[in-house]
Amino acid sequence: MKRIALLGMPNTGKSTFFNRMTGASARVGNWPGITVDLMGAKVLLGAEMVELVDLPGIYDLHGFSDDEQVVRHFLENNPVDLVLIILNTTQIERQLSLALQIKQLGLPALMLLNMADEAAKFGITVNAPRMSAMLEMPVTLLSAKYGAGYKDAYHAITHAVQQNRPAVRLESIREILEQDTRIEATMDRVLKSAVQIPPQLSDNMTSRLDRVLLHPWLGLPLFFGVMFLLFQAIFLVGKPLQDGVTWGLEIFRQGALEPLLSHLPAAAHGLLLDGVYNGVGTVATFVPIIILFFLFMAVVEDTGYLSRAAFLMDALMSRLGLDGRSFVMMLMGFGCNVPALMGTRVMRSRALRLLSMLVIPFSLCSARLQVFIFMTAALFSPRAAPLVLFSLYMFSFGTALLTAILFKGQYRSNEPFILELPPYRFPTLRQMVLRGWHEVRHFLNRASKFIIAGVVLVWLLTHFPTDVPPASAQTLAGMLGGFMAPFLDPIGINQQLAIALIFGFVAKEIVIGSLAVIYGMEGNALMNLMAHQLDWVQAYSFMLFTLVYTPCLSTIATLRSESKSNVFMLFSVAWSLALAWLLSFAFYQGARALGY
Amino acid sequence: MHTVKLSTLKPGESATIAALNAETDLYYRLAAMGFRVGKQIEIIRHARFSGPVHVRIGTTEVMLRLTEAMKIDVMAPAQ
Repeated sequence: MKRIALLGMPNTGKSTFFNRMTGASARVGNWPGITVDLMGAKVLLGAEMVELVDLPGIYDLHGFSDDEQVVRHFLENNPVDLVLIILNTTQIERQLSLALQIKQLGLPALMLLNMADEAAKFGITVNAPRMSAMLEMPVTLLSAKYGAGYKDAYHAITHAVQQNRPAVRLESIREILEQDTRIEATMDRVLKSAVQIPPQLSDNMTSRLDRVLLHPWLGLPLFFGVMFLLFQAIFLVGKPLQDGVTWGLEIFRQGALEPLLSHLPAAAHGLLLDGVYNGVGTVATFVPIIILFFLFMAVVEDTGYLSRAAFLMDALMSRLGLDGRSFVMMLMGFGCNVPALMGTRVMRSRALRLLSMLVIPFSLCSARLQVFIFMTAALFSPRAAPLVLFSLYMFSFGTALLTAILFKGQYRSNEPFILELPPYRFPTLRQMVLRGWHEVRHFLNRASKFIIAGVVLVWLLTHFPTDVPPASAQTLAGMLGGFMAPFLDPIGINQQLAIALIFGFVAKEIVIGSLAVIYGMEGNALMNLMAHQLDWVQAYSFMLFTLVYTPCLSTIATLRSESKSNVFMLFSVAWSLALAWLLSFAFYQGARALGY
Repeated sequence: MHTVKLSTLKPGESATIAALNAETDLYYRLAAMGFRVGKQIEIIRHARFSGPVHVRIGTTEVMLRLTEAMKIDVMAPAQ
């Protein structure tokens, strides 16, 4: 099968184009010569199936960042039949260099000038046929976001693939690219004759928005205000949806499952209903909130506001030994720590990367958010709940900052920090829906892997041996809890919660599910019982511990694979556990000493 | 015509890049962002507390730290 590689600088709409070409069929795959996963998909072009691979966004083929090395190693180890170079037309002046580097390597290439709509607004005009003749490669204009010009691009790609030029495999890219001066001269020549750029360029909307959002004094308060409102909105819209799902699951259990399974032996009945159904059902009620969270985060990310956050926060971050990108990755970590850790690949200095990877696991991810939403709903008034949640976000930032301050001496770096501030863009509904769908699919994949196995295991631990009351001190779970008691009693965590914590080590998605299994209840009944058994000090101490002690097994595995160091991974886990215990201990004992 | 460091320019001022005194890695990154000798560069704003500088080159807006801005020489703007 022929292979097409998609290449471009960051912020060129590469992923949008990839999604448009492949629909929702893209899968993560492994490739020779590189250790990271790349998205790939099989696409029908004309009468032929070809493989399309989405390479990481890079600025040039010279660089030493991990992403740049990934692209080089990919091209050196995998023959490609065609390289699709995608450029942001608005920035053609500088992005053309990447296309010329590909041309110099002798790879069969096709250039896609994306964001043609935006460029037209700026008054930039490109003579595509002339450029195509000068570069000796097909050139097409398109807008991947709105789909204009997409058909032409599709035909051009099909035509280019049908040329059957031999696939090219490269030996050593850096050596071929030595004569850079030629590229600059060619670039000037092509731009002069095929591109018209008005002398004065600025996007008024972006400048006006930046004047407010990057205001010297208002910028940061506005940023935190926006984030706070976002979380309020998620809570406001998500809660009724969540109640609806809970109600639907209860009806289904009473009306269909109970009668259907009533003839089964008691143990099987219990395992299926109180174990699997209650556990998975409780987790399922969080799907609406997760969807909302990812939708909102996707909008914030796609608008370009995150790079403004990096601008606002860099002064503080540089004093912590980090930079604005680390802050953006911490924010990404609020969705899920795993992609945030992988995002640190854009950093070239290993010290900076490791320090960033050390702080990212403290970001309160969406899986931990479920636990907190559940606990706050059970133990705090509706008025207090958003404030409690906000305080946990502050603790999340606080522990990350503390970690950076303590360890910045060990991980010194002087990597230059240069970041693009793209114009503000609003994602289309299609982009948002596609993004939301990807996230939900990812969540459901995890659910099927971890959560069912987890809740079944919890059920077995809390129901064996069979001749004692479920979840009592004599069961396996009770013994495990008893063993942990000397560590967890001083921070106010009882034995039931201790078991949930053990499973939370694997994935936070299991915590609420396992509480449902441990107490043998779900939904509102479970909340009432917990409100009866715990007071707010214990609950808050539990939440603090859950926030800090460790993200999940996937994050730990990613820490290892990204740092390529067992020592670093173990250090990160040990530090989180120690910090979690100290923090919960200080809070719990402090609150009790004050008489709460 | 004498040159000054980019970091000394005030918001709203424009100047022409005269030299990039950058080591190889930084040089490539700057070049990829559109920084080249002879190009016009405009300072848009400085972040608080000695934070990064927000500049515009052509259609590209970029932020860079003061330490990097000190490595870029520009023609002194007319007063």
